[in-house]
Amino acid sequence: MKKEKKGWKDLPIGLVLEAGTCKDFETGDWRSEKPIWDSEKCTHCLICWIYCPDSCITVKDGKIQGIDYKYCKGCGICAEECPPKIKAITMVREEK
Amino acid sequence: MIVARTGNEAMAEAMRQINPDVVAAYPITPATEVVQLFSKFVHDGLVDTEFVPVESEHSACSACCGAAAAGARVMTSTASQGLALMHEILFIASGLRLPIVICLVNRSLSSPINIHCDHSDTLASRDAGWLQIYTENVQEAYDTTIQLVKIAEQALLPGIVSTDAFIISHGMERVELLDDKEVPKFLGERKVEYSLLDVDNPITIGCLDLQDYFYEHKRSEIDAMDHVLPIIEKVQKEFGDKFGRYYPIVDEYKMDDAEVAIMAMGSTGGTAKVAVERMREKGKKVGLIRCRVYRPFPEKAMLKALTKVKVLGIMDRSDTLSTLGGHLYNDARSILYESSTRPLMKNYIYGLGGRDISIEEIETIYEELFNIKKSGKVDKNIVYFGVRGE
Repeated sequence: MKKEKKGWKDLPIGLVLEAGTCKDFETGDWRSEKPIWDSEKCTHCLICWIYCPDSCITVKDGKIQGIDYKYCKGCGICAEECPPKIKAITMVREEK
Repeated sequence: MIVARTGNEAMAEAMRQINPDVVAAYPITPATEVVQLFSKFVHDGLVDTEFVPVESEHSACSACCGAAAAGARVMTSTASQGLALMHEILFIASGLRLPIVICLVNRSLSSPINIHCDHSDTLASRDAGWLQIYTENVQEAYDTTIQLVKIAEQALLPGIVSTDAFIISHGMERVELLDDKEVPKFLGERKVEYSLLDVDNPITIGCLDLQDYFYEHKRSEIDAMDHVLPIIEKVQKEFGDKFGRYYPIVDEYKMDDAEVAIMAMGSTGGTAKVAVERMREKGKKVGLIRCRVYRPFPEKAMLKALTKVKVLGIMDRSDTLSTLGGHLYNDARSILYESSTRPLMKNYIYGLGGRDISIEEIETIYEELFNIKKSGKVDKNIVYFGVRGE
């Protein structure tokens, strides 16, 4: 559902917001390419997790669980950094 | 207490009495003495101020922004190139609604290099969303510095108190200083709704604001400017009631029966007042409109003053370099567009780079205005008064 946007009179003065508002900024809709993670090929080396600039590789108990598409901008760094012999992440065209 | 002080000394004294929480500054050439004098007060333990000697005016204004966002009462001082170097950060201070006050000495902007008075520095930052008040003498510079802290904090807008280089900044005059205890009492504590240092209530400030919300935030800032004049009036009145010195938004001098008038800003107001006296001794009914509050532009009060006479000489100590003349001239023309009475106007650009303007010269301008009144037409709208080779 689309959120109603506020008019100027309802905004806090001076561009002051509560902390942590980035979570409301769903950057996933910027994506033109989408990383696809293959759990069969993945060795859980976590290189993609280290390199992802948006913390979009979700990990539990040292194992990769998948990609958080709500915030993933589709930069492709994960696919680039995944070791060439493994190639567990591939970029595909985003279809919306 | 009645003392002899230069404009720089008086503004530094005001800062000492205000005792701001933070002052961040850098003495770029052409620097002004205010910060140097204030740093002595810091060194002597006369103030509680955290003094931040940064590496540029850009950083000075940035440090002021951070401190003001933390809830501190913040001041700085600069001139000319220093203000130009702050330019980028000026918009950040106003956009984030941080009530920083700058004690400013008006000096020409380079090039050519010059350290003397004209208003090109502050007028180049005219659209940065800062309040701008131009003073006529040392007393007014001192009083306005104190007033502006209160005005800025109530309006949540930053402000500049302007003084003409050398004429006010280095000219020694008789000044009545307030009692040290009176100033903090007049100002009170700065009340803040939020602080960057309040770890229990964390906030985000200065975040990215794209197509969705930038326009709304800007609109709210414009609205603040729309509502600041009553705040200035209230603080000026409060100051007058308490200390006996009242200041107007627009300073009208002998305007009630004036046939022609000059409009000017800064110390020229004082010079022109003497010219008005001399002209009146000769039986010529002339008046003066001194623009004290320049930003926001006091449209209503100014329109009332401008339409009292048939002929106006607008004196600008700056040029917009746009072929359209000076800043005041353009503002005056703009507010007169929808007025049913429109005086004949002539723009006198004068005094660039600190060239003196004398009482006699202002008298010749008044004589010329009378000639315009007689002939009913202005032959040339914009003239460069006092320049050689014209």
